[in-house]
Amino acid sequence: MTKPALKGTDKIKGLVCRECGKEYPAVSLHVCDMCFGPLEVQYNYKTIKPRLTRKAIEAGPKSLWRYVDLLPIAGDPTVGLAAGFTPLVRAKNLGDELGLDKLYIKNDTVNHPTLSFKDRVVSVALTRARELGYDTVACASTGNLANSVAAHAAAAKMQCYVFIPHDLEASKVLGNLVYRPNVVEVEGNYDDVNRLCSEIAGEHKWAFVNVNIRPYYAEGSKTLAYEVVEQLGWDAPDHIVVPMASGSLLTKIWKGLNEFSKLGLIDRMATKVDGAQAEGCSPIAAAYKLGRDFFKPVKPATIAKSLAIGNPADGYYALKATAESGGAMDTVTDEEIIEGMTLLAQTEGIFAETAGGVTIGVLKKLVKQGLIKRTETTVALITGNGLKTQEAVMNAVGRPTRISPSLVDFQKTFGLGIHER
Amino acid sequence: MAHLRFHLRFPEDKIKQPVLCQINRTFPKVDTNIRRADVREKTGWMDVEFSGDPAEIERAIEGIRQKGVIVDPIELNVVE
Ligand SMILES: Cc1ncc(COP(=O)(O)O)c(C=O)c1O
Ligand SMILES: [Zn+2]
Repeated sequence: MTKPALKGTDKIKGLVCRECGKEYPAVSLHVCDMCFGPLEVQYNYKTIKPRLTRKAIEAGPKSLWRYVDLLPIAGDPTVGLAAGFTPLVRAKNLGDELGLDKLYIKNDTVNHPTLSFKDRVVSVALTRARELGYDTVACASTGNLANSVAAHAAAAKMQCYVFIPHDLEASKVLGNLVYRPNVVEVEGNYDDVNRLCSEIAGEHKWAFVNVNIRPYYAEGSKTLAYEVVEQLGWDAPDHIVVPMASGSLLTKIWKGLNEFSKLGLIDRMATKVDGAQAEGCSPIAAAYKLGRDFFKPVKPATIAKSLAIGNPADGYYALKATAESGGAMDTVTDEEIIEGMTLLAQTEGIFAETAGGVTIGVLKKLVKQGLIKRTETTVALITGNGLKTQEAVMNAVGRPTRISPSLVDFQKTFGLGIHER
Repeated sequence: MAHLRFHLRFPEDKIKQPVLCQINRTFPKVDTNIRRADVREKTGWMDVEFSGDPAEIERAIEGIRQKGVIVDPIELNVVE
C-alpha cells in the first residue's frame, strides 16, 4: 500500500535565493528582488523523510513521478505522466574498449515522448505551470527543449509559443510545427534573439518554462540522479559524467544525490560529478581547467548545438558542484564528438545525438588521464537521440554495399562460400 | 516608468573604466541601481536595475554597449 503523495506546503517550503538566502513563497518568480540572484525550490525534508522509503518509491509509477515527493508540485502530476524511468544499461563492450570494469549508460535517448532528457524538466514545469493557473506555455529554444514543450503542450491542451532563431535547420523546425504550437522565427543574431525572448518572458503572463518557471523546471533534472541510484540497487556511483549547456543538469544531479544521502536512501555518497563540454563552446569547462570560479562567455562554434550555450545561467553553480564533489571537467573537438557517437553506437547499439558524443568523448579522456579508475562504478548520461542530429554523422558512417540481384554477386562481394545443404 | 534588469560584463581591459558613472551623466533621467557585483582583477560584472522611460533606457544600454561592455538579460542565455 502506498500513502497518498504529500500535498502542497507539506513538502514545498518555498523559493530561496541562491545568493542572499532571502525566502519567497512558491510562486512564479525566478530572480531575487533583493540581489537579483537566481531562486531555487526549498523542501520540508523533515516532513518528507519519514514517509520516503526505498519501498515506497519502488511501489510508485514506472516514470519520474515515483519521486514526486521530491518534486516541486503541490498536487498530483497532470502533464508528462510517462516521462522518465529510462533504462540504465550495463555497457560491457564500451567499458572493455575504454578500460572500465563497471560502466553504465543512462539512456535518455528513449525518454517519452520526445527522446531527450528535456521531457523530464518539461513534465515538471508544465504540471507546475497549470497549478499556478497558466494556460499558455512558452520557451525559446534551438532544439530539444522546444520539441518537448510543444509535444507536452499539445497533449495537455495548453496554448504554446515556441521562439526559434530564423536560421534553424528545416528538420528541427518541422519537429516543432508538427505539434501545432505558435512557432515564431526571430530575425537577428543570437544575442538579439536572446534579449527579445527575455523581454517577452517579462512582458506576458505566460509560463516561460526556462525563465519564470525555471526554479520548478530545473528540479526535474534531479530525477536522472534518483533513477541512476535506484537502478544501481540503491547505490551511488563513483562517477557520473554529465553533458553541460546551461550547467543546470549537472547542478541538479549533485543536488539529487545529496538529497538521497540526507534522506538516508543511500548508505554511501562519494560520487564525483564530471562535466563535459564541446571545445567550441566550453565556458564552464575552460574555467574549470584554469582553476577559476568564474567563467568568460563565448560565441559557440560546435556541432553539439544542444550544448551551445555561450553564457550559461548555471555555469557558476556547475563549477561549484564539480569542485565540491571532487570531479573533473574536460572538452572534446567536433571530430572527437563524432568518434564518441559512432563508438557508442557500435559498442552498445545506442544512437545518441551530438551531446552523447561529447559525454563519451570526455569520459574516454578522463579515463585516459587516470581521473576515472578502472574499478570505479561509472555512469555516463546520454541525454538525447541521434535521429535528431543525423547530419553530424552523415559522413562518418560509410555507405551501403551495392550488389546486383544475384546470389553469386552477393557471396562474392562478402567472400561467402556456397552453403552445402 | 520601466524597471529593467541587466547583467553587465566588463572585458578585462574595461574593468577600471567609470562606465556607469559616465552613463549616468549622459542619461540623467535613467536611474541605475547596482544590486550585485563581482569586480576583480580578471573579471568584472554587475547586475543592475535601470529605471526610467523605456526608450531612454534603451539608449543608455546602447551607450554602455558602445563603450565595449557586454549587456545581457539578467537571466543570461534563455534560448536553450
Ligand atoms: C541533449 C541535451 N543534453 C544535455 C543538455 C544540457 O542541459 P543543461 O542546460 O541543463 O546543462 C541539453 C540542454 O539543452 C540537451 O539538449
Ligand atoms: Zn537574493
